[in-house]
Amino acid sequence: MAVAQDNAIPEGRSSSPFWTVARRDSLGGFLFIAPQLIGITIFVLIPLGLVFWYSLHEWNVLANTFTYTGTQNYQMLIEDPNLPQVLGSTAIFSAGLVVLNLSLALLLAVLLNQRLAGITVFRTLFFSPVVVSLVAWTIVWGFLLQKNGGINGMLQLFGIEGPNWLRGETTAMISVIVVQVFKNVGLNMILFLAALQGVPNELYEAARIDGAPRFKQFRRITLPLISPTILLTSIITIAGSLQVFAQIAVLTQGGPGLSTTVLVYYLYQQAFQFHFFGYGSTLSILLFLIVAVLTFAQWQLRKRIVFYES
Amino acid sequence: MNKNKTLKSVLAALALTVPLACSGIAKAEDAINLRMTIWSAAEAHLKLFNEIAADFKKDHPNVTVTFESLPFDTYTTALTTQIAGGNAPDMAWVFETAAYDFVNSGALYPLTDTLKAAPGYNLDEVSATATERWQKDGTLYAYPFSTSPFAVFVNNDVIKAAGAKTPAELIAAGEWTWDNAIATASAVGQGGKVPGKGGLIVRDFNYQSWQNLASIWNGFGAAPWSADGKTCMMTEKPMVDALTFIHDAIFNKKAIPGPGENVDFFAGNAAMTITQISRASLLPKDKPFSWDLVPLPKGPAGDYALIGQAGIGVMQSGKNAKTAAEFVAYMTNPENSAKLSRFFPSARKSLLNAEVLKKTNPLLSQEQIDKVVIAGIATGKVIPGHTGFAQIQQTVRSGLDAIWRPDADVAGTLQTICGQIGPLLKR
Repeated sequence: MAVAQDNAIPEGRSSSPFWTVARRDSLGGFLFIAPQLIGITIFVLIPLGLVFWYSLHEWNVLANTFTYTGTQNYQMLIEDPNLPQVLGSTAIFSAGLVVLNLSLALLLAVLLNQRLAGITVFRTLFFSPVVVSLVAWTIVWGFLLQKNGGINGMLQLFGIEGPNWLRGETTAMISVIVVQVFKNVGLNMILFLAALQGVPNELYEAARIDGAPRFKQFRRITLPLISPTILLTSIITIAGSLQVFAQIAVLTQGGPGLSTTVLVYYLYQQAFQFHFFGYGSTLSILLFLIVAVLTFAQWQLRKRIVFYES
Repeated sequence: MNKNKTLKSVLAALALTVPLACSGIAKAEDAINLRMTIWSAAEAHLKLFNEIAADFKKDHPNVTVTFESLPFDTYTTALTTQIAGGNAPDMAWVFETAAYDFVNSGALYPLTDTLKAAPGYNLDEVSATATERWQKDGTLYAYPFSTSPFAVFVNNDVIKAAGAKTPAELIAAGEWTWDNAIATASAVGQGGKVPGKGGLIVRDFNYQSWQNLASIWNGFGAAPWSADGKTCMMTEKPMVDALTFIHDAIFNKKAIPGPGENVDFFAGNAAMTITQISRASLLPKDKPFSWDLVPLPKGPAGDYALIGQAGIGVMQSGKNAKTAAEFVAYMTNPENSAKLSRFFPSARKSLLNAEVLKKTNPLLSQEQIDKVVIAGIATGKVIPGHTGFAQIQQTVRSGLDAIWRPDADVAGTLQTICGQIGPLLKR
């Protein structure tokens, strides 16, 4: 039968049909991811290109002028006297948020990974802030953190004179970090919880038989086996921390001084408040590069820190 | 024969329908929809604006005007974002602080010719000081429809409970000075006899909108920059004295609620508040207190007044700028200005008399109208503004944060601020 088919191919025609199985498969694949690709092109790639184009211009919205200035905005970026402090505040915010968020999420996940009656209630309780409106959450915290607000009122019951949380440089930064951590810790907690429940019980049983204490079990079994989740949550949290805006806008407006002016808030000020859309776009490019480099670095680090990856 | 008949019928139908269709197209093309962005969402304001727009439509049946309320706090940002997005409104309210940016950038359509050509408009009766900020090279680019003086609202009940002298008593004794005003505020704010009440609140300041402190520092003869806007004046003695006085009132005398302390005068929780007279509408009706309205106290530099303004401009980029300018002329003519002055005090001389103002401000007494409103509008300086104000405002706000702490170095901080805003002022 096969011989008969081979004979059916006319002589001199050496090439195979265009729609081979491989090509059909790849077309199918492309069609499946087409909606996502179109979305990314329209909402990510084209705006990214436009932002880069804007960054090479001085765009005066009120005067309706759009002048090509080459690398002038990038020169301005290098010479901007506020930028080092803004980048410093961004780094402190991100570092504080990532460390506090991941450790608290892991701690909560370990505590809630128990077979106890009513444990679901606690899991729901810790997750609930994730579904609360961000601005509403932040406004309520704004009231609580006032000098004569709820938190200092509670401290006063114990005879403690609370600080003016949002007016001190250090306390303002701590406040915005904590408000953001409490808002989103539930999401990471759920991811850790799912990872913890995927760790086989037999490994713990074997460790117990070998006499390994609980902390050693956690360090030698739990951590390595949930390391892919640690990588995932750290990438999501770092990228998210660099995009924080509403909390800063509602709670501190970047103050006192520039102590809580993170990069996103600074670029919002430059573009939308001061009308420097060209320079604002340049800051966006900087933010994009920082997020890209950090994500790439974390992805590379996975070979060293992720012990188990399917 | 049949063919001819059919052809004739078709031609006749075309002859009838084409002009009708064309007239329809022409009518659709003539329809003009104008949009004005505003920062008020008050029902009473919108009702009045819509009435004026409906009256305008009687003479201009093809023109429909709509009013779009944008949030007050982010108004200018929202407006410029609309402009950047190619969706600029036809007309826009402009804050006095942003006036220089809008007027000098060329974003606004020149109004002088349209206003002068409007029947009975009488632009000359609008005081020159009121239009100063809204014109360039003798041409008016926005009309200051609201010129509202700052004054001190007083809660006599709270002050009497604290055993202090009320502003009315101080005025009667010729002692209404900043020192005595702060002494009264301090008696309340220290919390001895009336715990939990605040002294004096500079409304809307909130340790952010520092330009509202002009209501105090103008009494010291201070100004943030020179009249030509080129030189920082914050290191000059009057400003250092004024901010030292304010700092002392906040942190030592407890006369002004400190940073992060929320006290609402209109809820009856403070002795005094400095704000514009239009805020009289916030006075409580359910649990009224004995209130008063008095001029700003005398400062070391003598008597003074401060006014806030709002302008209406026509966007140059709009397709129907000429029609929009005609609507602005109609909205702000003497007759409609009289209606608007119920909420927005007018700078027209014919409306600056006790008889008119009493009708439009029924809550105010004759004396309050004479001493606060008329004198304030006639003599008041406008709240500070500058080209590129948003950036200057933010830079100064950020710098002043170093003053809003008990152990501040006022003079040193002002020196730093001048160093930072000096290049911005010269731009």
